[in-house]
Amino acid sequence: MALVLTEEQSMLRDSARGLISDKAPVSHLRSLRDAKDPTGFSKELWHSFAEMGFAGLMVPEEFGGSGLGFMEAGIVMEEIGRTLMPSPFLATSVVAASALNLGGNAAQKSEYLPKISNGSLLATLAIDEGAKHRPLQTSLQAVRAGNGFKLSGAKALVVDGHVADLLIVATRTAGSAGERDGLTLFLVNPKAKGVSIERTIMVDAHNAARIELANVEVTADSVLGEVDQGAGLLDGVLDIGRGAVASEMVGLSEEVFNRTVEYLKNRKQFGKLIGEFQALQHRAAELYVDIEITRAATMKALQALDADVTKAASAVAVAKARAGTTATRAVQEGVQMHGGMGMTDQFDIGFFMKRARVCEELFGDANYHTEQLARARGY
Amino acid sequence: MSESEAADLEEFRKQTRAWLEANCPPEMRKPVTSDGDVFWGGRNTKFSSEPQRIWFERMRDKGWTVPDWPKEYGGGGLSAAEHKVLRAEMARMGARPPLSSFGIWMLGPALLKYGNEAQKQEHLPKIAAGLIRWCQGYSEPNAGSDLASLQTRAESDGDDFVITGSKIWTSYANYADWIFCLVRTDPAAKKHDGISFILFDMASKGVTTKPILLISGYSPFCETFFDGVRVPKSHVVGTVNRGWDVAKYLLQHERAMISGMGERGVGRPLGQIAADSVGTDAQGKLDDSMLRGQIASFDVDEAALAACAERAVDLAKAGQAHPAFSSAMKYYGTELNKRRYEILMSAGGVDALEWESERSKQGARPRAWLRTKANSIEGGTTEVMLGIVAKRILDLPGA
Repeated sequence: MALVLTEEQSMLRDSARGLISDKAPVSHLRSLRDAKDPTGFSKELWHSFAEMGFAGLMVPEEFGGSGLGFMEAGIVMEEIGRTLMPSPFLATSVVAASALNLGGNAAQKSEYLPKISNGSLLATLAIDEGAKHRPLQTSLQAVRAGNGFKLSGAKALVVDGHVADLLIVATRTAGSAGERDGLTLFLVNPKAKGVSIERTIMVDAHNAARIELANVEVTADSVLGEVDQGAGLLDGVLDIGRGAVASEMVGLSEEVFNRTVEYLKNRKQFGKLIGEFQALQHRAAELYVDIEITRAATMKALQALDADVTKAASAVAVAKARAGTTATRAVQEGVQMHGGMGMTDQFDIGFFMKRARVCEELFGDANYHTEQLARARGY
Repeated sequence: MSESEAADLEEFRKQTRAWLEANCPPEMRKPVTSDGDVFWGGRNTKFSSEPQRIWFERMRDKGWTVPDWPKEYGGGGLSAAEHKVLRAEMARMGARPPLSSFGIWMLGPALLKYGNEAQKQEHLPKIAAGLIRWCQGYSEPNAGSDLASLQTRAESDGDDFVITGSKIWTSYANYADWIFCLVRTDPAAKKHDGISFILFDMASKGVTTKPILLISGYSPFCETFFDGVRVPKSHVVGTVNRGWDVAKYLLQHERAMISGMGERGVGRPLGQIAADSVGTDAQGKLDDSMLRGQIASFDVDEAALAACAERAVDLAKAGQAHPAFSSAMKYYGTELNKRRYEILMSAGGVDALEWESERSKQGARPRAWLRTKANSIEGGTTEVMLGIVAKRILDLPGA
């Protein structure tokens, strides 16, 4: 497969870009933040997203979706990254839809996937517990009780957690923290007794929540996939999330970079355009190359996911690690080259810096994924 | 790609794999460890082993020394997609290139684009068959990064040019049969406008070469002197005084070649090489956590660069490539290769410091390490590459 967009993919990109840049420029995020919007995104916009087929982009056609692949999801995420549009697309349409599609039984798929496609159901994966992304350290307990299970423990950085209609919770049904065996995913109703959800206002003004489960009762048919054998499913779902977030970071990096290069071409100091200074030219050129390389690595990861979700881990680790270092560099150079203006809230660059920081933590940072690659290569 | 095209390509992959399995000698599937493992071709060439000869001849007979060149010029006539499959299949089994040559990497593409039919017929088949070894006469003692200020002059004399001047950093000039050379044909014109691209035989009267000893202890480069060398005007490629166009086009290919020097294919992973000297802990992790981190970061960047190189080829095929992108790749690829060798030296520790022993294969590692320092200088320095990216891709002012 060539690492260039097909004609259909270019059309998808154009239509996503048209909609997002028109309806949700950075000022859209700014106004939601300033208004302390209780939902954290525009429901109206999400419905038009759904009508255009984006909500069910990855849902198979038999469940009302478009049945498209990870490359297509990455294309939409990249456009989201350009304007930082807050949207349930990542948590619901990519991560949760994939979890249900990969791990769900017939009943679970037909109950939830059509609602994801038409935009009426928001869902999210609850995975992280500590300060850092460590999926195997999962210790939220699920113990058998009667015909079902009782869940107790806490989750952090649950994207869209305070507005979700369905939680997909990673739990430990056996073994101890650090072990692959004994992980199980559950579908949990956020309104169930014992669930408490605290919306956490984050640095990037995007949605996240802390969730506590205190003896939450679920039935046996709430298990997603196999009891105790959830690690494989989780690996795939997390890699999908990583590929998507890497794509968002590519879009974000490129947008910051484009804005910065524009600034270099317009800002004058010492009687010259600052873009004439070689010190800045070379830094800009280095950053350009970094972004191009990261874009290629991310496309490679999405292609690997499309080929076989279970065999994409190394390509995904490379992409997410690169996306982390590249976006971090892009936003720092962006602020630095904008000088004092870059430090002001009035200017948009800061929004990109804040979002990059959150994306870096989502599903594992550059250090985490670099470590994963070292392990995979056996040294 | 349509379904039938995909099926054809899959069939091509199957046949290619089977042919390679049957025809590539096992000795030719081992990583290249010394210059003797590389077959450069040429009038005076010798094969370093029988498997090297067999492998070269079999590939040559299929046109696969230059798989994507037209068949009429000795190539394999493969489509871009088929060429990619062949490269992937060769990489999969670790097959060495059957023939390495500046004719293949640099001159050939320039001749295909700018050469006239007679020049193509004359030179391309001999490159494909490894009969003529080429060298590149670009840099001069006073024209390095500022290549266009070159002063070697070619004076018109009837049907000939008479060439006088000197070149430097001419790779393997002392082994080369022919040279592709930049000469000044109009000293009055602006510096980019008076240059011509010309081909001549290194056995011509008035050509001398002198190897330059480098910090690696090797002499891969020469000083090359021209003292009234007579060359027919018909040997100019493209238009007289428009040689800079050819030179720039060729440089793109040269930069792509140099940036590819760091690509390892199926060689041993750096982490395992390091484990030999550094050792591992109970969990099998390298017993030097900082070095391990450096290697892992390197591996991330190397894998990402490989994806970018693949994408650059795909973009070129799709007609979407920026012509200056090879400068971007050249900058990153060479800096990465330098990083690789710094890690190898660090991992090797004391063992990587021996210069002459049998044990160290005559200091193979430190000599290779020192050689890589030229990567970010030759073919345009890192600073020149970044300047090109700033000017031609980013369109920054005054660059």
